[in-house]
Amino acid sequence: MLGINDPWIWGVYLLCLLSTLLCVAYGLINWNQGTISETEEITEEKEWEQLEEEVEEELGL
Amino acid sequence: MNLLLLNLIILIYLLATVYLGYRGWRSTKGSEDYMVAGRKSHPYVMAMSYGATFISTSAIVGFGGTAGLFGMGLLWLTFLNIFVGIFIAFVFFGKRTRRMGHNLQAMTFPEFLGRRFNSQFIQAFSGVVIFLGMPLYAAVVLIGAARFLETTLAISFEMALLTFSIIVAAYVIWGGLKGVMYTDAMQGTIMLVGMVFLLIMTYSHLGGITTAHQALTDLAPLVPANLAAMGHMGWTVMPTLGSAWWWTLVSTIVLGVGIGVLAMPQLVVRFMTVRSNRELNRGVLIGGFFILMMTGVAFDVGALSNVFFVQQDGVIAIAAAAGNADSIIPLYINAAMPEWFVYIFMLTLLAAGMSTLSSQIHTQGTAIGRDIYENLKKEANSRDRATLLVTRVGVIIAIIIAVTLGYLLPESIIARGTAIFFGLCASAFLSTYAAAVFWKRATRQGAIASLITGTFASIFWLVFVHKSEATALGISKMIIGRDLLITQMPWPVVDPIVVAFPLAFVVMVVVSLATKPPEEDEVEKCFKGIE
Repeated sequence: MLGINDPWIWGVYLLCLLSTLLCVAYGLINWNQGTISETEEITEEKEWEQLEEEVEEELGL
Repeated sequence: MNLLLLNLIILIYLLATVYLGYRGWRSTKGSEDYMVAGRKSHPYVMAMSYGATFISTSAIVGFGGTAGLFGMGLLWLTFLNIFVGIFIAFVFFGKRTRRMGHNLQAMTFPEFLGRRFNSQFIQAFSGVVIFLGMPLYAAVVLIGAARFLETTLAISFEMALLTFSIIVAAYVIWGGLKGVMYTDAMQGTIMLVGMVFLLIMTYSHLGGITTAHQALTDLAPLVPANLAAMGHMGWTVMPTLGSAWWWTLVSTIVLGVGIGVLAMPQLVVRFMTVRSNRELNRGVLIGGFFILMMTGVAFDVGALSNVFFVQQDGVIAIAAAAGNADSIIPLYINAAMPEWFVYIFMLTLLAAGMSTLSSQIHTQGTAIGRDIYENLKKEANSRDRATLLVTRVGVIIAIIIAVTLGYLLPESIIARGTAIFFGLCASAFLSTYAAAVFWKRATRQGAIASLITGTFASIFWLVFVHKSEATALGISKMIIGRDLLITQMPWPVVDPIVVAFPLAFVVMVVVSLATKPPEEDEVEKCFKGIE
């Protein structure tokens, strides 16, 4: 196959191409998945700021 | 070769690098920008930066040359690079790391582990392992780049080493991770263009895919007798199962580097530079294709270079390169490719070396500034100007060590030095890191025990058992009076990772189960937002 006789070698040659296809397909399918909404982001940042302020107060800064 | 034209191309490239470094510096306002690029990187920048950092001159020249020697069996490494290094790394480790890094407000890999297990010791110890282990890897990347500058620009090796490191140091010191990632993205793009051309031209030169492979298969009778005795059976055949050649290929080259990538500090930190999982999803697409075009092409072409050398000079690649595998790829490019491509490829290598080196010294700098200095000086916090200063000084120290090692290390060290560091990372960090993101029952004691076991088992194996390092280091000879502790095959050719990683893994599980489970609300805080 492909000029290579050892199945361990032509097999891995194909595996390289298939795993790349997997990455490409995964990326395309999930292209817009997993965003966090702006409100979520704002709440999160607020929480952090609050936490940070508390810590700084505790440290007496 | 037109030196003037080449110098001009390199000058334009360097100006672009400096400009991007400057952009990074302009938008760096505090530690968070300097260490995790403000956590708002573009997916293309993130994925290309991950890929370009992952792939160095060492991967292309060092391992490409190794493929010229070992043959297409190295493609197993490419498969792992794509499947483990990109797919599993991004989809399974990356998303959890990003979220958990956010929850813990971690800025470095050691800090991530330290906060996850609530242990300053873990952070400091990991910082020390990185700071002491990484110079070897940085030095071999530096050597690879400097050797290429030396031959291309006809300057001395010392001059090349110095110029190259000063440029990289400058944009890392001022630009921080933003500077590093912007330049990485540009460098990655150059690498992509170079390798795409290399692939197309090699196959078309050799008469097409199947014809080229068939010609390589037909070279099997030309394997030198000494290599055949070690298990080499041809360039399109796996070595004899269990032979010394097989163990080196599978344990050191394929496993060491293929698995080690999951726990590389300078790569893990990339996951913490993006805002949401969407960037990681897109990164999988870009990264997968990028890696195929890097190691896939380098190993394929490295192996196929044998056909070219036999057709042209009647000798196999390693013979044409006078026994130095590191020279196979440069020699092939110069002999087989048109002149204009030689320029492009040189730029590709320069970009590959720079992008990896910049992240290495950035990681070492943050290890000193954040993980060692700030961690030990308890009252400091991330706004501390001193931390940034110490980090920058750390970057300078890191580059000085790398340059010094660059002068001292022997030839043909490139691929080996890379493999040693990847192996050390996998042994020391992988079990702890995997437990950190996947296993809520893992305890601090388990993590500490695993970290220490993995690190020292790996070092012990390098010093006393693994032939190529143990003999070269001579420490074993000094202490126990002979080169190797165990001489029975296959142990002297089994890579440390095969022993140290499973050991660290077992220790992680056993010690965790034997100690008190961690406080539930602490664990929940780490896993917040992770299904």
